[in-house]
Amino acid sequence: MQEVHDYFKSLCPDLHVTRGEYDEDSRYPENKTLTIGQFKLGICHGHQVIPWGDLDSLAMLQRQLDVDILVTGHTHQFKAYKHEGGVVINPGSATGAYSSFTYDVNPSFVLMDIDGLRVVVYVYELIDGEVKVDKIDFKKTATTRSAH
Amino acid sequence: MMAEGVEDEEKWLAAGIAGLQQNAFYMHRALDSNNLRDALKYSAQMLSELRTSKLSPHKYYALYMRAFDELRKLEMFFKEETRRGCSIINLYELVQHAGNILPRLYLLCTVGSVYIKSKEAPAKDVLKDLVEMCRGIQHPVRGLFLRSYLAQVSRDKLPDIGSEYEGDADSVMDAVEFVLQNFTEMNKLWVRMQHQVGHDFWSCRCYSACQSFILLADHELRLAVGLSGLQGPAREKDKREKERSELRDLVGKNLHVLSQIEGVDLEMYKEIVLPRVLEQVVNCKDELAQYYLMDCIIQVFPDEYHLQTLDVLLGACPQLQPSVDIKTVLSRLMERLSNYAASNTDVLPEFLQVKAFSKLNNAIGKVIEAQVDMPTLGVITLYSSLLTFTLHVHPDRLDYADQVLGACVKKLSGKGMLEDNKATKQIVSLLSAPLEKYNDIDTALKLSNYPLIMEYLDIETNKVMATIIIQSILKNKTRISTADKVEALFGLIKGLIKDLDGTVHDEVDEDDFREEQNSVARLIQMLYNDDIEEMFKIICTVRKHILTGGPKRLPFTVPPLVFSSLKLVRQLQGKDENPFGDASTTPKKIFQLLNQTVETLSNVPAPELALRLYLQCAEAANDCDLEPVAYEFFTQAYILYEEEISDSRAQVTATYLIIGTLQRMHVFGVENRDTLTHKATGYSAKLLKKPDQSRAVYACSHLFWVDDQDNIKDGERVLLCLKRALRIANAAQQMANAARGSTGSVTPFVEILNKYLYFFEKGNPQITVDAIQSLIELITTEMQSDSSTPDPAADAFFASTLRYIQFQKQKGGAIGEKYDSIQV
Repeated sequence: MQEVHDYFKSLCPDLHVTRGEYDEDSRYPENKTLTIGQFKLGICHGHQVIPWGDLDSLAMLQRQLDVDILVTGHTHQFKAYKHEGGVVINPGSATGAYSSFTYDVNPSFVLMDIDGLRVVVYVYELIDGEVKVDKIDFKKTATTRSAH
Repeated sequence: MMAEGVEDEEKWLAAGIAGLQQNAFYMHRALDSNNLRDALKYSAQMLSELRTSKLSPHKYYALYMRAFDELRKLEMFFKEETRRGCSIINLYELVQHAGNILPRLYLLCTVGSVYIKSKEAPAKDVLKDLVEMCRGIQHPVRGLFLRSYLAQVSRDKLPDIGSEYEGDADSVMDAVEFVLQNFTEMNKLWVRMQHQVGHDFWSCRCYSACQSFILLADHELRLAVGLSGLQGPAREKDKREKERSELRDLVGKNLHVLSQIEGVDLEMYKEIVLPRVLEQVVNCKDELAQYYLMDCIIQVFPDEYHLQTLDVLLGACPQLQPSVDIKTVLSRLMERLSNYAASNTDVLPEFLQVKAFSKLNNAIGKVIEAQVDMPTLGVITLYSSLLTFTLHVHPDRLDYADQVLGACVKKLSGKGMLEDNKATKQIVSLLSAPLEKYNDIDTALKLSNYPLIMEYLDIETNKVMATIIIQSILKNKTRISTADKVEALFGLIKGLIKDLDGTVHDEVDEDDFREEQNSVARLIQMLYNDDIEEMFKIICTVRKHILTGGPKRLPFTVPPLVFSSLKLVRQLQGKDENPFGDASTTPKKIFQLLNQTVETLSNVPAPELALRLYLQCAEAANDCDLEPVAYEFFTQAYILYEEEISDSRAQVTATYLIIGTLQRMHVFGVENRDTLTHKATGYSAKLLKKPDQSRAVYACSHLFWVDDQDNIKDGERVLLCLKRALRIANAAQQMANAARGSTGSVTPFVEILNKYLYFFEKGNPQITVDAIQSLIELITTEMQSDSSTPDPAADAFFASTLRYIQFQKQKGGAIGEKYDSIQV
């Protein structure tokens, strides 16, 4: 939606969007890859990956896009997995929107601090009116692959 | 020529200044040599320049200021003289020998100033004498400036309480009397200007004679004359009014002085000052003066005084000339009082005590009645000010606010929809005031006249107002919690909900329309009540309204309603079944409603959106264990897919949504599940592009293997899907080879390999190591073959897949064993 797009652009001009199942705007791609520092990131909404929310299937997409970090969504449930191929992050729903996956959608979003071979994931969740922050560390071992 | 007139004035002013400066020069010489005689002689001559009638007030002021400066020096000299032994009384006598009256009076005032300072006579006596003497000048401009001079020099010498010039007990009265008298005389002079003859060289007496002359004269002369002094009465009037405006502050200053007199307390203001001032205001019967002075009174005196004299002040209003813009005066008064109330809540009881609201209300009513021709804008402005006043002073009296709105409605009725832009803007501001004040749409909804006023707005403004209302709700996060309130609210915002006059407006800007509807969608999310029955009523009410919106609005308004309903279903799941029969809300009822609601999207048409919503409903029905309901939703979704969705890309996405949803369903019995699965696989295999087919078909493999349900782990059907996907991928390769000479990407094969590994790990006995091995070899061969196009993405994908296999081998345990025999 244009308003939301503009709002995000006002937060950060470097905006990357992939298509969700309710997005009518066909200019958004199904998935996208980008490089930040030493990390390759992939973005995909996730409704295209069956079964929805399945780690192994998402890992396959991660291999396919050849990325260290896969950012995905659709389930409105915050998840952060680490596996041998890298990291899968689902930041959940920033608005706490209805989801068929979970009955308790707490609004949440994620900030990733990418520094060298390390990424720190900060999770912000709104639980019962209070903002709770959590932190998860990931380190990319230099041996898993050559830097791109 | 007009330009010539101005040029002449410039010349005269220059001449006046020159004369003034010359005499000033000689005066200074006399001052320096303590020559009183000469000083008086030259100062009188200097002041004679002020006797001119040729200058406009603006230019006269320039001359006057120079004189004023010179007189300060003279005053200092007089003071010195008295110190040197010259008697002030003698001096006072001496200056009266000046030949002409105007210089005489200026000099007298100047000496008077020193006289008062000397305290040889009571201030009141000197002041009284001076103010009387000034009557000698009856020419408006000259008189005004003279009296202004008197006011200026006397300013700091008034016998006020606590002042050094305070005489006996009654002196404040004397001070007040002095100022009032000066004010009254100045006002008279000022008003007289309106009827004064023009000061340029054509006098009124010649006017008619010249007129006839012009009629006989030749064309050019007529033109020349017409453009010079004889501008015609209207032009003259404008000019005069402009000149009068320039002088108004001279008159108003007196009121300011009155307000500064310490001794003027509420009592004195009420008994003496206000009545005297108003008397002059009313009696002068001059529109300009009345407007300016009323406004002056309001601005200059404290608000608490106004509160206590409201009767008197308002009582003067009907006595003013009918052409006076009394509504602006009243508006400004109410504005001041509103601000007074807002800044200082302690004074609120006072407002109540003097019954301010009813007095103002009545006064306004009377004014509107009296001025029959008052334009709508004026009426609205008045009521707008009154409403703001009411909101500040009596925030708890909704009935007052409603009364004001009601009076507005009465005045507007019979006039049809408003056409005046300013008036509509004023109404918007009128209606926004309660919203801003109460921060709660609830309160505004209680004002019965509120929606009635909105009836008089044109369609555009109606929408603007509706948007303001919605913004207010969103900003304040107001929860609208009953169906009745929702009904009232949607009545107010109907401009956004549907096309008002039955015709569709095509000129609406796309972006604006979208924003509007999005805000309505957001609003729908704010409508909520914990109580299930009430929430269901709310949903029904909203539904009723949005269904009148027409095809363009439904895609915006239906989704939020659907999701609100699904949330309600969730709530119901948490509660036990109501044992009291079927009057209450059940998930079934809600699903029925949902079905009918999503159906309306076919009128838009919006099949893709409808499909998504049907699938959401199906999942919710699944969670409620309502198999037939879920099946019905799937049926609807499938029908849409088959009949309405023909765009290839849309089909791909829709297929994934169908597969994804179906994969999560646990409520279906074998038969139903088979039917739906069979159809889904069919859609997958019939997608347009072969790679899409291949992907969708292997996605279907998950339909036969669901982790948390042991009775859906059909290894054979899974393998069938994967093999079918493989066949399609192969066919795609061959087609590409035939069509383009190269075999295209091996990515689909790598994807399928990954799926083999997936099910292999899950323990599907049908997936053998051999199958995996041969697939790996197939891919390797394909990639190395001559006819293949190099594809780094596919290479990387394959490489990471192989890395994955390695990793699994190294994991050890059961997984390690499984992967052991796979060679990479």
